[in-house]
Amino acid sequence: MAKIKPRVKVPKKAEAGDVITIKALISHPMESGRRKDKKTGKLIPRKIINRFTCDFVGASQSGNVIDVQLEPAISTNPYFQFEAKVPESGEFRFKWVEDGGAVYELAKKITVG
Amino acid sequence: MLQLTRREALGAGAGAFAITAFGLPAMAAAVEDAIKKFTGGAMPAEGGVDLTAPEIAENGNTVPIEVAAEGAEAIAVFADGNPAPEVCTFNFGPLAGSSSAATRIRLAKTQNVIAVARFPDGSFKMAKAVVKVTIGGCGG
Repeated sequence: MAKIKPRVKVPKKAEAGDVITIKALISHPMESGRRKDKKTGKLIPRKIINRFTCDFVGASQSGNVIDVQLEPAISTNPYFQFEAKVPESGEFRFKWVEDGGAVYELAKKITVG
Repeated sequence: MLQLTRREALGAGAGAFAITAFGLPAMAAAVEDAIKKFTGGAMPAEGGVDLTAPEIAENGNTVPIEVAAEGAEAIAVFADGNPAPEVCTFNFGPLAGSSSAATRIRLAKTQNVIAVARFPDGSFKMAKAVVKVTIGGCGG
């Protein structure tokens, strides 16, 4: 199975109060639970990323940016693009939750000034 | 064994296409139930939500879509021709730069994609777009 690897694109610098665009992608097969194994004819069990969240954590201000609930209708290698406000220097924390409870995390720093 | 001439085969194909095209406005019951689950029982009015989807998707396994609704706190996306109508739900937090997001979805066949936005005052609005799919997604 391909390795599950999260990737995000966040600008390194911004002005305070700026709205930035974030792109987040995780390589994941997103097994829908409806596909059959060609050899055995049995259904391949569902295994998808069911939740994706992005939070900002700064020295004085923290908060949620986006919280997405995913269903099997999201494509393989789920990709999201969205906008976030940057109140101050800090980091964006990304979290992907897989069926069964596995969690994949990534953080990106951003500097204001 | 049924033998079709080239002309007949083309005609049959066009007929099937016309049926799918005319069959679309009727929304499947499953998607209506899913929308009502999100809104708490009401069918939202159209307008106030931007849904960007391609008119024709060559590959139903990855169809790029974009949703935006000024001031919305959550946007749910549904597809009425998929085995399960729910696609995803975006919940926007206090640090969201705008109530908009883009992603890629799977579509099993030609169908309606529906975006329903929830506003902080408890009202709901929706947008609908038909996407023609030439190769279906969802495996099988």
